[in-house]
Amino acid sequence: MSVTTTKKSLHKRHDDLAQANKQLEILSGGIFADGELPTFAKKIKETGQFPLRPKKLEILQINVGYMCNQVCEHCHVDAGPDRKEIMTWETMEQCLEVIKNTGAHTLDLTGGAPEMNPNFRRFVEEASKAGIKDFIVRSNLTIIRANKKYHDLPEFFKKHNVHVVSSMPHWTRGKTDKQRGEGVFDKSIKALQELNAVGYGMPDSDLRLDLVYNPNGAYLPSDQAGMEKDFKKALMEDFGIQFHNLFAITNLPIARFLDYLIASENYEDYMYQLVEAYNPAAVANVMCTNTISISWDGWLYDCDFNQMLDLKVNSKVKHISEYNEDLLNDRNIIISQHCYGCTAGAGSSCQGTVA
Amino acid sequence: MASNNYYDPADLRKFGKITEWSEELGTKFFDYYGKVFEEGALTAREKALIALAVAHTEQCPYCIDAYTKDTLQRGVTKEQMMEAIHVGAAIKSGATLVHGTMMMNKVNKLEM
Repeated sequence: MSVTTTKKSLHKRHDDLAQANKQLEILSGGIFADGELPTFAKKIKETGQFPLRPKKLEILQINVGYMCNQVCEHCHVDAGPDRKEIMTWETMEQCLEVIKNTGAHTLDLTGGAPEMNPNFRRFVEEASKAGIKDFIVRSNLTIIRANKKYHDLPEFFKKHNVHVVSSMPHWTRGKTDKQRGEGVFDKSIKALQELNAVGYGMPDSDLRLDLVYNPNGAYLPSDQAGMEKDFKKALMEDFGIQFHNLFAITNLPIARFLDYLIASENYEDYMYQLVEAYNPAAVANVMCTNTISISWDGWLYDCDFNQMLDLKVNSKVKHISEYNEDLLNDRNIIISQHCYGCTAGAGSSCQGTVA
Repeated sequence: MASNNYYDPADLRKFGKITEWSEELGTKFFDYYGKVFEEGALTAREKALIALAVAHTEQCPYCIDAYTKDTLQRGVTKEQMMEAIHVGAAIKSGATLVHGTMMMNKVNKLEM
């Protein structure tokens, strides 16, 4: 994946692909416009799954900002240190109201590096009082080692019984650093050891530590259970690290991963792979059917990917300030060709495979 | 032929179409092929690495394309992939050289 050495976000570089409409044009054009490949809508019509509709809401996923200490080559958020979109305390308060009253059992904080939001800890403290069953923070691990002020995060997470979900693209330094940046592997290993030290990831521990694997290029993830076995063996043997589960997540063709696919001339092949691996059984459980994604500025989306494509929910209720779960659940989910990423093979979601 | 080349990467996607001109044999082949690569006494990853090495000794561009991707998907490292190819290369060159004993036998028989 050495085609682009991305140090700045697409936004900072004023790249065309920083614009959601440009990405959507690409996803609807070319091989999909000339009928070489079926559109996602056409594909799900074949099995009577169009329009895609929500089931019971289970997960509230809140993106507290696009700022990140890393600039990963595959990032669908186009996150980085140069992104200034950060959720304000006012919006967080609106989220807290929703969290107190939601029927969802899982709260999932993501970013960027969510810990970089100045109100992150205050928000976690307040949100953890709401009694949500599963409270996830998606931590990129290196943030724990990035600055002294973050060194106590493992203790902080423990105190609030946060479920930590962290990216770890491979058990080798080479593959990890290539995707996520020089030195990321060593810092991630250190952070995992620190999480283990306070009890995270230990076999009988209630302190959940899960890892996210996503492929290091233009190919799909393999069998999740097999990869988990390999990760566990290698991380244990090499570093004495333990964790609970591995989520294998497919890279969706948007933002920086789309930029990479196009620059490396892998775009068409990748879309072919996704379409060929289409699994109707995965459609039934795709994450937009049980999730609402909330952006840093309070807008509501079917998923984090639609958020990055600026495809707001198709509902009267579009903003956290007017949140109404019943009204929201009565909507058609907005789809485009990127959705093939969630229905390939065993399917893919922020919680791993779905089929 | 749409392409000016004997080998076209896009043809790999058409592999399944061989069944259209001989359904029974094509179906039997793909059933067999699929079964071979399932987890068994060997893991699917071990099988993929064997396939990658054989793809090279057979010098099949389609197979190299397919099993490079397949091994990457299975988390195989570049070092492991190259070592597998060396195994294939060693057998190929060994197979050539071991025939040297035939040449030696023949020379020994013919010479006084």
